Amino acid sequence: MTTREALAHVRLRDGVAVIELIGDLNAAAESALDEAWTAATAVRPDAVVLSFENSGYINSTGIALVVGLLASARAHRIPIRAYGLTDHYREIFEITRLADFMAIDIDEDSAVHGAGGDRNG
Amino acid sequence: MAALSSTFRRLRRRTASGAGLPMPEDRAQPVPGDEATPVDIAPNDPLLAYLQSASGAVDVEALELDSPALAELKAAGVKLAVPLVSQGELIGVLNLGPRRSEQEYSSDDRKLLDNLAAQAAPALRVGQLVRQQEAEARTRQRFEQELEVARLIQQNFLPKQLPELSGWQVAACYQPAREVGGDFYDVIPLADGQVGFVIGDVTDKGVPAALVMAATRSVLRASAQRLIEPGAVLERVNEHLCPDMPAKMFVTCLYGVLDPATGHFRFANAGHDLPYVKTALGSVELRARGMPLGLMTGMTYEERETLLAPGDSLLLHSDGIVEAHDPQGQMFGFPRLKEAVAQYPGGGELIELVLADLHAHTGPDAEQEDDITMVVLQREPAHSASPNGKVAGKLLVEFEVPSVQGNERMALERVAATVEPLGLAPARLRRLETAVAEATMNAMEHGNAYRADRPVRVRVYAETGLVRVEVADLGGARPDADQAEVPDLEAKLAGLQRPRGWGLFLIKNMVDEARETGDGERHTVELVMHLEPEPTQGADDDDT
Repeated sequence: MTTREALAHVRLRDGVAVIELIGDLNAAAESALDEAWTAATAVRPDAVVLSFENSGYINSTGIALVVGLLASARAHRIPIRAYGLTDHYREIFEITRLADFMAIDIDEDSAVHGAGGDRNG
Repeated sequence: MAALSSTFRRLRRRTASGAGLPMPEDRAQPVPGDEATPVDIAPNDPLLAYLQSASGAVDVEALELDSPALAELKAAGVKLAVPLVSQGELIGVLNLGPRRSEQEYSSDDRKLLDNLAAQAAPALRVGQLVRQQEAEARTRQRFEQELEVARLIQQNFLPKQLPELSGWQVAACYQPAREVGGDFYDVIPLADGQVGFVIGDVTDKGVPAALVMAATRSVLRASAQRLIEPGAVLERVNEHLCPDMPAKMFVTCLYGVLDPATGHFRFANAGHDLPYVKTALGSVELRARGMPLGLMTGMTYEERETLLAPGDSLLLHSDGIVEAHDPQGQMFGFPRLKEAVAQYPGGGELIELVLADLHAHTGPDAEQEDDITMVVLQREPAHSASPNGKVAGKLLVEFEVPSVQGNERMALERVAATVEPLGLAPARLRRLETAVAEATMNAMEHGNAYRADRPVRVRVYAETGLVRVEVADLGGARPDADQAEVPDLEAKLAGLQRPRGWGLFLIKNMVDEARETGDGERHTVELVMHLEPEPTQGADDDDT
């Protein structure tokens, strides 16, 4: 079984907090995700971008974690975007309607620039 | 080589008294000291070659040779040495001491001796050959008796009949070599309907190997009844055998316990040849580490487990098959046996076909080099209906996953590996994987309460145009997937619902059909995916 432990790295780019998700997104990823969100929002970013470029398997619990992040982002009026999803997980984001509440971009540049658009209304 | 000094003297006296004349009343009595001490002539002593080529009696005193035997003869007072030659081979020597009259041996004496030698040599040779043949016959007889004893010991400790297990076929083949090689197998009824299977091989041949086999089998039987776990059984057997094992001998042995009700086969291996399992996808080796029995104390034996699905066959075998040589000296080999297991039907038919292959390999007139032993367990194919009453199709794989968080990946990967050869489009395979993972997670959490001792059972079937996966747990009935509520994302985002609850929704949306059934003991989710061609504008997933 090729399970990869979840990690989350946070960095700032042009006022946008980029959270890089690494590894499988399942129940075991909750604490890493919470810490990353806390760190990302502590600097009051203009937006948060979730990078799924290096993430692995995402199950329904992982979807629930993303829903939690989205709910927190909406509560704090922080725009949230995502990029790096495979076609399979993009489809899942669409059927769960997550894609209705967060833009899905093709790469980091698009996501960061798109976040600038979100900031400017 | 014969020294016939005193015998010749008696013959000489008879001849001197006249042929055919009665023996004198006062026949001479043997004089103390008359008997000459036999002289051994070494094979490389030059005296041997001299005597072999001599044309008659040899004057020992006059002969000068660098020969220890000649020196001995001279020291013993031998005067004449008469070679006894038969068919060009020196087979004896007549050694004569001085005449009592102290006169020299005359030419008539020498002629007499030559004539005597010419007659005695062939007779002596015949006697030697007869004694040699008698000794060889006794040796052969002892050998045959020992073989017979070894064979009797061996056969007495083999199962008289094989068990009848509901839902299973058990077949065995045992062909001893002429010189019994130490193979054995056994079937041991255990508690709770479980059955122990043993196959083993003792080094060496004949009676010693048969005795060690008998001891191993007896200790193993006794241990199996008390310990059950295969690794512990082999450890105990090893401790018992080590103190009394003859030098340079050991026993390879594989011991496994079958639960006929579930198909679980737990096993441990003490250096024996790896068994093969025939599955719907081919044949696999079963590996477990362990040293042969009887080499050293304190050994431990790795224990492994496999699940024999309906239709699977397990072959236990000895090295008499793979190490059999053809006329050119090539061995039959492990790869060929593994391929045979993959290609041939299981059960008793597998045994017959492997034997036919083996005989074709060695040739019709070849003598069997070693014992040949095979034991096959075949689980009868599943022909019952699926939980929803439809035809089951061909079972590709059945396996179990312990109910531990994260183990849904195990189920996902195993199903993907099984289904991939069927040509399901990559995007649809990814969707099936997600559905399987979600169904397995549900089963582990809601059906089995994340108890590792309550595994989730997964079966994969291939039917015409589709693949069907059954995920079953040991829980009761639960809400039908068809009737699961659609998660309300907006309510979740507003904090009015928990973020969780996506599993059933994903299952329903990832596969073409999803059904749930329950039979009181098991709750089963059935997932159906049609083998449709990949859409031309659909995207392929390259990663998971």
